[in-house]
Amino acid sequence: MNRFPVIEMKGISKRFPGVIANDNISFRVYPGEIHALLGENGAGKSTLMSILAGLYRPDSGTIKVKGEVIRLHSPRKALEEGIGMIYQHFRLVNNFTVAENIVLGSKHVNWGIKQERIQKETREISHNYGLEINPAVRVNQLSLGEQQRVEILKMLYRGCDILIMDEPTTVLTPGEVKELFQVLRIMSRQGKSIVLITHKLNEVMEIADYVTVLRRGKVVGDDRIENLDEGILTRMMVAREVVYSQAQRDSSPGGVILNVDNLKIQGDRGNIAVHEVSFNLRRGEIMAIAGVAGNGQRELVEALAGLRKAVSGSIEYEGEEIKHYDAKSRIALGINMVPEDRIGMGLVPNLSVIDNSILRSYYKEEFYSGWFLNYNKIRSYTDRIINEYNIVLSDSNHPVNYLSGGNLQKLLLGREIDQKPRVLLASYPIRGLDVAAAEGVYDLLLKERDKGTAILLVLEDLDDIFRIADRVAVMYQGFIRKILDVEKTSIDEIGSIMVGTELAGV
Amino acid sequence: MLKLKLIRRENESTMARLIVPVLSIIMAFGCGWIFLALSGYLPAVVFAKMFNGALGSPYAISETIVKAVPLMVAGLAISLAFRMKLWNIGAEGQIYMGAFAASGMALALGNGSPYVIIPIMMIAAFAAGALWGLVPGLLKAYWQVNETIITLMLNYVAIYWVDYLVFGPWKDPNSMGFPLTPIFSPAAQLPTWGDSRVHLGLLLAGIIAIVFYLVVQYTRWGYEVRVMGESSQAAKYAGMNVAKNIMLVMMVSGGIAGIAGMIEVAGITHRLQQGVSPGYGYTAIIVAWLARLNPFAIIIVAFLFGALLVGGFAVQIVGVSFSITQILQGTVLFFLLAGEIFLRYRLVLAREEAV
Amino acid sequence: MDNTALSALLAATMIAGTPILFAAAGELLAERSGILNLGVEGMMLVGAAFGFICTLSTGNHWLGLLAALAGGGFMASIHGLITITLRGNQVVSGLALTIFGSGLSGFLGKSYQGAPMLFKFESLHVPVLGNIPFLGPVLFRHDPMVYLCILMAAAMWYLLYKTRWGLTIRSVGENPQAADAVGINVGRVRFLCTIVGGMMAGLGGAYISLVYAPTWQENMTAGRGWIAVALVIFALWNPSRAIIGAYLFGGIEALTFRLQTMGIHISSFFLAMFPYIATIVVLVLVTIRRRQDAGAPEALGLAYDREER
Repeated sequence: MNRFPVIEMKGISKRFPGVIANDNISFRVYPGEIHALLGENGAGKSTLMSILAGLYRPDSGTIKVKGEVIRLHSPRKALEEGIGMIYQHFRLVNNFTVAENIVLGSKHVNWGIKQERIQKETREISHNYGLEINPAVRVNQLSLGEQQRVEILKMLYRGCDILIMDEPTTVLTPGEVKELFQVLRIMSRQGKSIVLITHKLNEVMEIADYVTVLRRGKVVGDDRIENLDEGILTRMMVAREVVYSQAQRDSSPGGVILNVDNLKIQGDRGNIAVHEVSFNLRRGEIMAIAGVAGNGQRELVEALAGLRKAVSGSIEYEGEEIKHYDAKSRIALGINMVPEDRIGMGLVPNLSVIDNSILRSYYKEEFYSGWFLNYNKIRSYTDRIINEYNIVLSDSNHPVNYLSGGNLQKLLLGREIDQKPRVLLASYPIRGLDVAAAEGVYDLLLKERDKGTAILLVLEDLDDIFRIADRVAVMYQGFIRKILDVEKTSIDEIGSIMVGTELAGV
Repeated sequence: MLKLKLIRRENESTMARLIVPVLSIIMAFGCGWIFLALSGYLPAVVFAKMFNGALGSPYAISETIVKAVPLMVAGLAISLAFRMKLWNIGAEGQIYMGAFAASGMALALGNGSPYVIIPIMMIAAFAAGALWGLVPGLLKAYWQVNETIITLMLNYVAIYWVDYLVFGPWKDPNSMGFPLTPIFSPAAQLPTWGDSRVHLGLLLAGIIAIVFYLVVQYTRWGYEVRVMGESSQAAKYAGMNVAKNIMLVMMVSGGIAGIAGMIEVAGITHRLQQGVSPGYGYTAIIVAWLARLNPFAIIIVAFLFGALLVGGFAVQIVGVSFSITQILQGTVLFFLLAGEIFLRYRLVLAREEAV
Repeated sequence: MDNTALSALLAATMIAGTPILFAAAGELLAERSGILNLGVEGMMLVGAAFGFICTLSTGNHWLGLLAALAGGGFMASIHGLITITLRGNQVVSGLALTIFGSGLSGFLGKSYQGAPMLFKFESLHVPVLGNIPFLGPVLFRHDPMVYLCILMAAAMWYLLYKTRWGLTIRSVGENPQAADAVGINVGRVRFLCTIVGGMMAGLGGAYISLVYAPTWQENMTAGRGWIAVALVIFALWNPSRAIIGAYLFGGIEALTFRLQTMGIHISSFFLAMFPYIATIVVLVLVTIRRRQDAGAPEALGLAYDREER
């Protein structure tokens, strides 16, 4: 095998407003290699590969393709160099047929397009790689698995020899995953290199030749697959070097306050995002939901908060069926929620801190005198929240997006906690926060728990679950696979359930 | 290699928010200057004439105010819809419908107490305009039908409807063939200020602006409008009913524009006639956009655009076409739109790195 | 109605539909690439003025058409600069274009107000076909622009649905991310389509001032630009339907002139309203039913920013 790397990225850095997505990353791919790029959400995998695909421009660093320094200033340039990327959200034109999508933008096609001809060409390459698909069908009539095949064919048609796939298996059924891997092996045998962006360890072990692990924008390890096992990879991927302080877990959970039974919830695309989940939540406990993002957590929390309708099943609050209650009635009952999108959903971007402080209580009598909002009362309410939750800001009349991430989260949490919730739902409350800010958020949550509030937390970092939660429910593909007592489990156990490879006997 | 790059700002720039509109006006007049010079006019003379015609005498100022009033009211109407990101460009038609309904009331009620007739005309005008706004609002709320096209198409329907009336059933038998209705009774005419044509409509516009401000800033509904205009996700999270509010906002927006139509017939023409609005509904879009949808800024900007209209008539004396005002209006808007990118992006001169 | 009157009406329909079809086909192209240009009325007016003035001063109506092309293209390039390069609001920019175009054409055309067009296009009398009774005068005795316009709309249909360029144009309007990912320069395609669209609107305007009217009057397009915008929706973004739609609208226009003389007493104002009401009804039906290939381009009216997160 040719031992010169086909791709060599050196010292790549890229920052977006507020985040360093890639920090001095070096990355190499050899011909015929299936290279897994492993890491948690937000580790910078997609950004790095988007740079390689010419979509983003790096702030610094160099890229060599087949030994030559190349400036990949556009996707076109990347494609000319043989680099093709398949994004998590497919870049297909829904109203076009399969064949039209495949030849789109390619110069191999005649100016006058004959459907029979492009369909025949499509059929030919799809035979060669075992990717069966009807070329005359419109893309919006295909399943996600089939759409992925179209994406692969599109790249093969252009003669790409480096194929980047972003989380390719999340949309596939287990059977489709097998087929995909088959195709990838055929491609690799023909000398094509494949970069697989993923966080699923079992898949890495099954298909990859080489692994690079990213964490928080940096490379934390890379090696041939023979020298690795799932344990090593899990630790590289999720563990922090910092030894976490064991939280005061002297919680004393009381009785059940929320009982969820066989709840089924629809996702945005009409799919079933959550399948018949059942669990209960007790007063004075923190239950964490662990799982890779996109496995139904968002839909579950929204359904509990009354922002999304449940298809079937029941939600009982203190023995009362509340499935048909809207968001306002649930707030009135004491069910509060901190959404995952802080700005845009939890807070209104261009409105002031003062206006935002009443977003979920603006209709309450206490803020009115007659017909009008009483801004004196609202201002003093805002000031109280600012003081009580130590929110640092220069002026509460300024738009809320002037605040830092930590202060946004404190405002959001403070606003919800101030309504004296009896059930608090919070999604990714520390995402993107630095250590000190995260500490502050945890203190708040623990204090709330000690007051007897039932808390449901969606978390991504497994360490955090061990720091703060009493129980953990692990979600995978819309199911709660297991509910575990945190004291009686381990990172490895949770990690393996959340990536779908429950190790037998652990 | 040095290259200009646009970098997205994290926060909208407050400075740019003020500078961009002012600079837009200045640059538009700069372009107008060059354009006039190229066309063989003396720009200084033309602009001086324009200024004098619009603001140079008490009479000129009174005429400017007369033109500014419908722009103020229609601008306020439009800004309410635009706040919710509803592209109501149907103010023109809503003005016509308001004028139609108010005229219908005035003609039907004949003489009587102005304290009865004027409010009835206003209510009728509001209702007719509101209906003209509700149709696209309803279609948008329930079926996501494009409100821009519907409101625009309804403009033509309203204009032809008024044309039909003034050429047909409502035509004054004594008009010698002109498309006019009979003149309203004095009770259906708005009182004027002294000898000028400045009428009660100015006060009404001011009241609407204040009410508008109070409602949007200090009521529960206004709060909902502000939240929904920024983010429908947040509105849902706060438990607001988005579809209901789309209809309500379109209705109120149309209704206010309808009142602009009533003010024109009751305050200026005193009868319904063809071309009641010479495009106020369109100019008001520029006014609202330039004022960044702020009600008090709309009052000021409407005055400026009223001056531009009156000044446009004045320059005809030196042989310049009235069309110069439209050229200036369009150019102001071009610069404003082009300048808005600097609110959201920073322009940076960056060295392209070898990548 | 006798045969002669009917054939005259249908012939007038062909003429009345021509400027609308030019403009609608141009707008259709721009919208297919994802750019909503509500400035058609303004572009038509500038085309009409440029075409008229250039023809009168050079005595050559082909040069006049070139000027109209340039005028429409120039106007469209302003819209392109604002909405594509600077990512400004497409709705408001289009309105600004209409106001500006109305002003510019009025300004330039002031001294020509009411002047007759001295140089006319010769009507072609297609041999043999032109002599067919009834159909001859209806279809085969018009000026070349009438045929050019149908040819352009048909060519646009071919371009959009049967060529590589068409695939590219439609993909940019449907899903610019997808187009970008396969190396298509989204901005360039959109700019080109917007400018060509503007040129066609310019031709449509020039047809009114050179052939249809044939004179110059301020705001002489009288809302045909807006009808063209509506016609694009009516046509469900398909040029072949736009041809039918344009002659339908043209027929209504021709009919409004003739009904009175025919002694039929539907108010001409209601007839004049008809195209707009018809457009509303069609738009509502189309949106509610959301047929597979009936919808607007998915990215219509949206600016594209590659690094948007």
